[in-house]
Amino acid sequence: MTNESHALPGPGALAGVSAARRRLRALPGVAASAPLRQALVPWLLPIALVVAWQAAASLGLLRSNVLPGPASVLAAGWRLTLSGELADHIAASTARAVAGLVVGGGLGFALGLLNGLSRSGERLLDSSIQMVRTIPHLALVPLVILWFGIDEEAKLFLVALGVLFPVYVNTFHGIRTVDAQLLEMARSYGMGGLELFRRVVLPGALPSILVGLRYALGIMWLTLIVAETIAARSGIGYLAMNAREFMLVDVVILAILVYALLGKLADVVVRTLERRFLAWHPGFRDA
Amino acid sequence: MTAITIARDPMAVGEPTAPRRGVGIALLGVRRSFGPREVLRGIDLAVEAGQFVAVVGPSGCGKSTLLRLLNGIDAPDGGRIAFERPTAARIMFQEARLLPWARVADNVAVGLGPRRKEPGAPARVLEALAAVGLSGREADWPAALSGGQRQRVALARALVSEPGFLALDEPFGALDALTRIGMQSLLERVWREQGFTAVLVTHDVSEALALADRVLLIEEGRIALDLPVDLPRPRRRGSVALAALEERILRILLRQDRDQPDYMI
Repeated sequence: MTNESHALPGPGALAGVSAARRRLRALPGVAASAPLRQALVPWLLPIALVVAWQAAASLGLLRSNVLPGPASVLAAGWRLTLSGELADHIAASTARAVAGLVVGGGLGFALGLLNGLSRSGERLLDSSIQMVRTIPHLALVPLVILWFGIDEEAKLFLVALGVLFPVYVNTFHGIRTVDAQLLEMARSYGMGGLELFRRVVLPGALPSILVGLRYALGIMWLTLIVAETIAARSGIGYLAMNAREFMLVDVVILAILVYALLGKLADVVVRTLERRFLAWHPGFRDA
Repeated sequence: MTAITIARDPMAVGEPTAPRRGVGIALLGVRRSFGPREVLRGIDLAVEAGQFVAVVGPSGCGKSTLLRLLNGIDAPDGGRIAFERPTAARIMFQEARLLPWARVADNVAVGLGPRRKEPGAPARVLEALAAVGLSGREADWPAALSGGQRQRVALARALVSEPGFLALDEPFGALDALTRIGMQSLLERVWREQGFTAVLVTHDVSEALALADRVLLIEEGRIALDLPVDLPRPRRRGSVALAALEERILRILLRQDRDQPDYMI
């Protein structure tokens, strides 16, 4: 195993995982040889799990009404894709997620900026925000249902509330921890006001803001799952709950996998943003 | 053209022959207190245009405060600081203080202030980088540079606006010994080429003597010694004349400050 050429498995090691390999080949930017092998490494564990899962299902170790195999889940996915249902539900969920993120994240960012830049803003608002922050936002579900019923506002409100705080806390912290020596330097060169903010404060706070965004995306999906499971007429959560009514375990599992993929997609988006905006940072160079 | 080239020749012997860009500075009874602590207790000082002054003294003697007052980062509580004519005043710190998210050229351009957007700005940036020996690194991130290279960028940033006065606050204190010597010669060379007035605060007495026309020793908020250094440049490290002056300054410093031996001897 210590042998260099055996450190990473060649294509032969993956024989029998043809579905996964097809997926991999479809990935853009995956070239041959060393980069390919590098790109394969993170997929080894998920692929192994899927293989074990399928094997257990095929051998009858798993009862299909408890945990159907990946093949049946894929079949359910294909069925729902053909009928257009899956796309509709994904679109509904994504629209809610993005809307909540824009509203809550925007508000958190604005409050973080305000309180980060102004001591009086901090004195006025920070302790109240911190107090509200300690309430688990999902505890508001019953209240939200009373207020908004199961309309879109309910989901929007919960998601926005959930993402507001991580964005707020990290924006505030990022601005407050901008290097005071850099600020002194910039001022000694005559920078001030908007220019100082744009060229020193904001870039200095950006690593922290993006950490906040990443947290927020996690909370965004979590909140959406809960909200759609409890009260919705569309979306992935609704799809899952509806399938439960009809004992369609494969669809329930499909919904869970779709959530996982959407979460992963959101993470990829933030990583791309980090690589784009934090290219200067040694910690965010292309890994 | 030829005359200018000769005048700018860094190898030319004698006093700086460069265009007289430096400004004279006069300080009269300058005081500064922080709370009850009086850091500067009446500094009277006349710095000639283009002169290189080094300021040494024990920690907390007020030498950095003096520099910040000269640079306008801080204001005196009493007395007057007068510049011969208005000029850009620049300061270099022990840390390079480069914007990590700006490429080398953009960091140097910070030194141009609002004139950064003028059409001639990029050429001036490249010229400043060439003067500190960093041609070709303009598109690098600061993180890709060594400590000495970062200080070179900071020097280019300080000089790109052609200031009449440059303040240096322990600029090479964090560098290793060899890099420090290289930076000292670089600083001496650009100073002789450009003729700005320089005030260097340092812990390192031999650095002060290697570079300065004049060494000031500040103790307890007052100028305790004002020593002209009339030795030809570039000065040879370890020469007898330098050693004698160093001995003299260190003797005063060590007498005052036996329990704080943080000088580089």
